[in-house]
Amino acid sequence: MCCRLLIPNWLAGLLATGVLLILLVFTASHGAVQIPLSAIPDLLLMNAPLLSDEQQFWRDVLLEIRLPRVLFAALAGGVLALAGATMQALFRNPLAEPGLIGISSGASLGAVSAIVLGGGSFAILAPAAFLGSILATALAYHLGRRYAGMAGLLLAGIAINAICGSLMGLFTYLADDNQLRSLTFWNMGSLAGATWQRLALLGPFLLLISIWIMRYWRAMNALLLGEREALHLGFAIKGLRRKLIVLVALLIGPLVAATGGIGFVGLVVPHCARMLLGADHRRLLPASFLLGAIALVLADYIARIAVVPAELPIGVVTSLIGGPFFLWLLLSRKS
Amino acid sequence: MRIYYSLTTILLLFFITVFSTLALASAPRVVSLGGPLTEIIYALNAEQHLVAVDQSSVYPAAANQLPKVGYYRQFSLEGVLASKADIVLATDQAGPPQALAQLRKMGIKVIVLPGQANLSALSQRIRGVAAALNLPQQGEQMVKQISQDVKALQPATSTSTSTSTSTALMLMSRSGEPEGAGKNTSADAMMQLAGLRNVLAQQQGYKPLSREGMAALRPDVIITTTSTLSSMGGMAALLARPGLAQSPAAKNKRVIVMDDLLLLGFGPRLPEALRQLMSAAK
Repeated sequence: MCCRLLIPNWLAGLLATGVLLILLVFTASHGAVQIPLSAIPDLLLMNAPLLSDEQQFWRDVLLEIRLPRVLFAALAGGVLALAGATMQALFRNPLAEPGLIGISSGASLGAVSAIVLGGGSFAILAPAAFLGSILATALAYHLGRRYAGMAGLLLAGIAINAICGSLMGLFTYLADDNQLRSLTFWNMGSLAGATWQRLALLGPFLLLISIWIMRYWRAMNALLLGEREALHLGFAIKGLRRKLIVLVALLIGPLVAATGGIGFVGLVVPHCARMLLGADHRRLLPASFLLGAIALVLADYIARIAVVPAELPIGVVTSLIGGPFFLWLLLSRKS
Repeated sequence: MRIYYSLTTILLLFFITVFSTLALASAPRVVSLGGPLTEIIYALNAEQHLVAVDQSSVYPAAANQLPKVGYYRQFSLEGVLASKADIVLATDQAGPPQALAQLRKMGIKVIVLPGQANLSALSQRIRGVAAALNLPQQGEQMVKQISQDVKALQPATSTSTSTSTSTALMLMSRSGEPEGAGKNTSADAMMQLAGLRNVLAQQQGYKPLSREGMAALRPDVIITTTSTLSSMGGMAALLARPGLAQSPAAKNKRVIVMDDLLLLGFGPRLPEALRQLMSAAK
């Protein structure tokens, strides 16, 4: 761990928050619609009747389309990374991610069945995806409980994932051409549906759960030593496991329902945070949240800018950039 | 030399811009989200209104020169806004729905038209596009012309071959393994209009075909598209394919190959497509 940053917690937190804020402003000021930077203060400060038609248009683009999207990207990135960090602590394995216990595949199955059986309007799709993720996780948890330790949960998760995958295959087979295309796009993920209403609906809830999860940092630190050791240190492991799984499912379920599958953030970002700051969950969890927010805001920016006036699917960008970046991190650490 | 060249280019560009701004001064700026709608706009000779299209708009070739705002199912909201459109023409599969709602909120007229592959939906599409472009008469005339042409083509089949209808199998392939077209596909609709009996009428949509399943179908005619034929390795490979080789169609070499968009697009070229299909199936 040669490259770990040796700076105090408060400074690191301030730094990351600062970077995130600057990034939010920067990415919100760029997009397919060209808005001159010099015009932005006027747009935000002047009264609506004083603006010209053009300025009115810019203001609507900025405030109604870009801002909710950029904020939603930050929220989604933070939540995905935090959930990833939590799962990695819970499974005591750096390869763990929320998908491991069926959360993502349950959501996908819910979405797929909504698209094929229910017409696939967002009003059906989102609740179905949410329900799917919660059901799959609950099933994995209950089946896995019969086995001692995390191995049971892991095995049950693998089985649930396999079953969800095969049912998805069945629905894909039954789907017609239009439904197939909807499926493909859902699986690639998108932040294009971000609106203020959705942000208001999901934001407070997800932030609350996130803070709740961060409060378990002591228990996660104890888990680093081993399950038995954590138990001897006075943590009720069984209850803790259930609580954390429920919290992660409550984080990821609604998010996946709203955005579709956005891969790689939950796996890679906690890793980067750990390489930078070490494994102390007191700082790792907030750091993962902030880094995840930064990563997804950047990825969404690239998705919006790369092929103007069209747009890349966000899931493609996160995997396309996250994968090589992660490899580079791994390789550069060794030398 | 180079200076002259660039000077002329600049001059030309200048004239083109001036001319087009003059021509467009009062005309609506239209974005089309869906290849079939783009094709109708060109068929109405109203392409000067088009300022951007989606990625499925590949016919006619001129549509490829326009800015593309993404695939119609997941078009870029800001891309459409950047084109300063007044009107967005979209098929009913365009989305995401929130993005369409936001376009409406920003004061852009969003017109959603049915995307199904049948004559009445085609008429609705044409009428909808024509109305949006202030060309209702031209639209009405095109609808009339198409239904007349299609009707003129039909009696020839329904009377002469009503008892001995040819059976047809439509093959589609994107990755080499062919899929057969069942009910509720534009291929099935074309077969019905052409008076051919679809051997896969029991099946919904496109499904992969096993070799044995294919052999059991015994179609008189095989219909396929140019892109399918190339992904299957050409005509010889198709005819030699186990399961297909034994069919009456392969034995008599009755394989109809048509351009993908012409055969399946259900656009203004429908009569032409039908004519080609029927004369080849005769």
